[in-house]
Amino acid sequence: MVAARRIAETQTVGKPLIHDSAVLHVQGSATYIDDMREPDGLVHVYPGFARNGALGKIASIDLEPVRAAPGVIAVLTAQDIPGHNDCSPSIGGDPILATDAIAFHGQVIFAVVARTRDAARRAARLAKIEIDGVKPAVTVEDAVAMKTDDVGEPYAFIRRDVNKALASSDHVIAESFRVGGQEHFYLEGQVSLAVPEEQGAVTVHCSTQHPSEVQHLVAGMLDIPSALVTCECRRMGGAFGGKESQAAQWACLAALAAHITGHPAKCRLDRDEDMILTGKRHDFRVDYRVGHDAKGRITAVDVDFLSRCGYSADLSNAICDRTMFHADNTYYYPAARIATRRLRTHTVSNTAFRGFGGPQGMVFAERMIEAIAVKTDLDPLDVRKTNLYTDVRNTTPYGMKVEDNIALEVIGQLEVSSGYRARRKEIAAFNARSRVLKKGLSLTPVKFGISFTLTHLNQAGALVHVYTDGSVHLNHGGTEMGQGLYTKVAQVVAEEFGIPAGYVRITATTTGKVPNTSATAASSGADLNGMAAKNAAGTIKARLIDFAARKWKVPKSRIRFENGQVLVGNRNMSFGELARHAHMARISLSSTGYYATPKIAWDRAKAKGRPFFYFAYGAACAEVTIDTLTGEMRVDRVDLLHDVGRSLNPALDIGQIEGGFVQGMGWLTTEELVYDAEGRLRTHAPSTYKIPCASDVPADFRVKLFESRGNKEDTIYRSKAVGEPPLMLGIAVWTAIFDAIASLRPKQIPVLDAPATPEAILRAVRGMLA
Amino acid sequence: MSTRNTIRFLRRGEIVELAHVPPIQTVLDYLRLDEKSRGTKEGCNEGDCGACTVAIGRLRHGRVVYEPVNACILLMGHLDGTELVTVDDLADNGELHPVQRAMVDTHGSQCGFCTPGFIMSLFTLYHAGAAPTRQQIADHIAGNLCRCTGYRPIIDAATASCTGHPADRWARGAKAAAKTLAALDDGSDVMVGSGESFIARPSNADALAALAARHPDATIVSGATDVGLWITKQLRQLPKIIMTGGVSSLHHIEDAAERISISAAATYAEAFESLGRIDPDVGEVLRRLGSTQVRASGTIGGNIANGSPIGDMPPVLIALGATLHLRYGERERQMPLEDFFIAYGRQDRSPGELVWRVDVPKLKANEAFRAYKISKRFDQDISAVMSAFRLTLDGRRVASARIAFGGMAATPKRAAQTELALAGAALDDEATWTAAIAALAQDYQPIADMRASAAYRMEVAQGLLRKALLEIAGAAADTRVTGQRMAVA
Repeated sequence: MVAARRIAETQTVGKPLIHDSAVLHVQGSATYIDDMREPDGLVHVYPGFARNGALGKIASIDLEPVRAAPGVIAVLTAQDIPGHNDCSPSIGGDPILATDAIAFHGQVIFAVVARTRDAARRAARLAKIEIDGVKPAVTVEDAVAMKTDDVGEPYAFIRRDVNKALASSDHVIAESFRVGGQEHFYLEGQVSLAVPEEQGAVTVHCSTQHPSEVQHLVAGMLDIPSALVTCECRRMGGAFGGKESQAAQWACLAALAAHITGHPAKCRLDRDEDMILTGKRHDFRVDYRVGHDAKGRITAVDVDFLSRCGYSADLSNAICDRTMFHADNTYYYPAARIATRRLRTHTVSNTAFRGFGGPQGMVFAERMIEAIAVKTDLDPLDVRKTNLYTDVRNTTPYGMKVEDNIALEVIGQLEVSSGYRARRKEIAAFNARSRVLKKGLSLTPVKFGISFTLTHLNQAGALVHVYTDGSVHLNHGGTEMGQGLYTKVAQVVAEEFGIPAGYVRITATTTGKVPNTSATAASSGADLNGMAAKNAAGTIKARLIDFAARKWKVPKSRIRFENGQVLVGNRNMSFGELARHAHMARISLSSTGYYATPKIAWDRAKAKGRPFFYFAYGAACAEVTIDTLTGEMRVDRVDLLHDVGRSLNPALDIGQIEGGFVQGMGWLTTEELVYDAEGRLRTHAPSTYKIPCASDVPADFRVKLFESRGNKEDTIYRSKAVGEPPLMLGIAVWTAIFDAIASLRPKQIPVLDAPATPEAILRAVRGMLA
Repeated sequence: MSTRNTIRFLRRGEIVELAHVPPIQTVLDYLRLDEKSRGTKEGCNEGDCGACTVAIGRLRHGRVVYEPVNACILLMGHLDGTELVTVDDLADNGELHPVQRAMVDTHGSQCGFCTPGFIMSLFTLYHAGAAPTRQQIADHIAGNLCRCTGYRPIIDAATASCTGHPADRWARGAKAAAKTLAALDDGSDVMVGSGESFIARPSNADALAALAARHPDATIVSGATDVGLWITKQLRQLPKIIMTGGVSSLHHIEDAAERISISAAATYAEAFESLGRIDPDVGEVLRRLGSTQVRASGTIGGNIANGSPIGDMPPVLIALGATLHLRYGERERQMPLEDFFIAYGRQDRSPGELVWRVDVPKLKANEAFRAYKISKRFDQDISAVMSAFRLTLDGRRVASARIAFGGMAATPKRAAQTELALAGAALDDEATWTAAIAALAQDYQPIADMRASAAYRMEVAQGLLRKALLEIAGAAADTRVTGQRMAVA
């Protein structure tokens, strides 16, 4: 209750402050890397790859036409790399420049350095490369049939004997379906600018979620100590996981060009190359069996997730683990076998994307519920409620107890506020009289585990300086990709010092100020960096209190910081005055801060422990209409209720919730990645890859924060992470489509894959009418 | 007629005059690399995401009209005689423009990279006249992609700021700007460069036709919504650029009693009202064609001339019975539009010959029309299948039909067998539709690509014919999930 009382008193935390860069964004004056004033002598780097071929030895390569092209300064190949030729974030296998073979279409073989970007782009296309091509494994089925070596060991959570449990179940459903991948489509493409410094050092400005990793990879590539490499990022024009590991290759190429030529070098990908050359959300085939009783209660779940990882491991193993961690969503499985295979395909290496594998697991859980509802003829919402975790049925398949369960509360509130039951009846009546159009309705919950499942990543650092005029310089390890992290952390620091947020100068994330940081990922940015910054500010504040108590001889309890003022007993002074006094008395006004998440421990080998500090919850209710002649679909209404604990900033949180929902909806509806049989991506531009636009968002869109008593765990001001969880609210749209199709024939499970494009919907409709 | 060897446009109250312009230089590159104005962002470099949106002011009926365009595929020659406004210009001595203020207040930016483009789209909406409805706002920003916000706050910002009463610097300076633009329109033929590398922008029709005939190897450019991608994606060098847009008579739209004549350089935006009056579905196709940016640049003539099998307008115009006029030098010829499309990538047009005009018959009292576009996303998407149906009715029977599809063959193509099979069908007897629906499989052998499989294309084509018949017969319930049959007043 201490925390709850404290939050009630906050002045800055919990306020809907605008994004710190909003005023710059709207004027076009927020500086992204390609907008930076170009250093003298800048050269441009552009990657080159084989226009034909996905898998095989490089039979011949002629780079002479590239070298001879106008404006070309150098052509870089693997031989030019002085150190380690690998930019993998995990177990290796991601050459910066391929050596003698390629393993996917678009794998970079060389890089052109030229005076202009245009010259570099043109020259990169002039290479004559022959690949001694072998048939690539493009799909999950290819990988299984061709027996490619998995990028990681198969892994499973097992609870009891699932076969026995299935055998004794009243009913068993067996199904297989597909969940598609997703292109990040950050609006700012991959970009890095490397500036050579004295003594062989280099500063890399990189649009990355993970400056420390870029620093380490550049150092390894150049074979120089990490201390000679600085990586800096003020902001990204979107990232969504796509710049967690896969910003590094372009940073390495820029740094290599700078190293070889001695000039500052910039590497910025054109949109098509960005989409061809970088990884996406993992797509899956999901094969499952579920046992249930007549009341829809699940007795056993046996599920295999076959994941298309691409040509290398990248982050796939952790991602597939998270798929397993969320295959239960909010539901208790008495017996379960949750298994994944991490299949190697000869396609671009799939990577982190908001939700990090969790959404695919959750799509499975929700589809399974829908299928049970169809078979039992129960309302899917009742099937959901029947299977929720409770106080006694509260252990996940991976052995963690769910101690902060508010799923029923969130679902119940949304059920009422959305008018679910009444609309269910109206929709049934509509479907009875409408021939061409059919409606569907669905209410789905979200329970998302917060913490990196690789436990050591759950740490963060911050650096705070107070200047003698009372202004504050803030730096921390988190990166800003639009989510408002910098604003939230500045609010935390302002709160600590009792100063307006405007006193806090937010500065670019740089490895030179806070070292060895984790990626800004796993929704952890505010949880980790907010705490670290609070600790840094708290250290300085404690010094100031000690000092003031001594100097003015008042008890510490009579010193208060608020509204930019400091009350020391009856004495009132500005924060700046106190800072000046302290400085004169030789008190340090600078401090680092550090935070490591408590309570978590995960033994992967035993599949036991507590991987998550807590869970974030939410629920969505979506109504859709489908056209049974064309498969077209419209979203009519969406209601969202989402749990952010005590919000650090409700405006930013609402932004994450709405934006996450729409991104999740896009993933499951209009966004379709198409590869041809040769493994070439055919949808590599917004003309062919369709993310939601304004008209796809329903006019009737009702979004609320769940009225929380605060996070049960002691997080920063009892808030909850909000970056990823809302994406999975979008699942409700997909299950609503499923529901609309299911209305066509009782007790028949629609054969619907994700994304539910018009074609996928029409295919499922035809299946029902056949 | 005089010739001018410069491109002139109005920028920040000053006239910019450029004598040395590479023919394929885009406005985005000019802004970011030459002018060093870096507020305008490059998102996709193909006119599909809107991050690079700028506003172009053009003189129309004595006043300056601002339209949003994608700077990444806009060529420098397009700027001649216009005013160029970018996001860097809007704030007034540190005070935000009303649309900027609204975007801040509604938390309409997150990562901020798409924001400059949205600001410029909203700037043009701010100047568009009446306060827009939510639907009009969504239509207006369909060409601006945002990956962060989910659009709700951006729509709110538009609602809050676009009140129909513009009062910014541009509103205050409207008369002066109109005067400046009028003065820039000196009737000259623009010729920047010479011989083997030039941008030509003739100001009259005869000069254009003569120039095109003299340079059959030149690239004819209208809005560059397609040619722009040859430059930015295929990296083609196009040394000779001949622009049609400078010829004011080629923007002409003649609304006669029985037909509408659209001259080749009329943009979709310019043709929207007249064409939309033919039938609400024509308006609906135009509403969903490209985006506001694309419709402000792209032309009906260009949509025909490029010969794409998936252009949205050709099936509509073919079903309506349009006649195409071509011009080579001083010679004009005409043909039914469907005859223009010979094969994939091949049209009945010789080098140096120009698409000149298309005559579109209006519907007669006994004719019913329907058109449908099928795409993965409703707005700003390229058709998987585009369909148009014109049925001539004899009471409750189909006397004859003109049916055309896009995306079903290598060219936009009529459904000859289906048309035959449909003649005589009864609107009130679905059994009489079956033969026509089945005949589509004889008319078309569609391909599979990233937009749709062959099977889906055929199935949806058949579904659309059924839908058209259901609607024309007078279906009792709604039959569409998108759009209304939009009537243009």
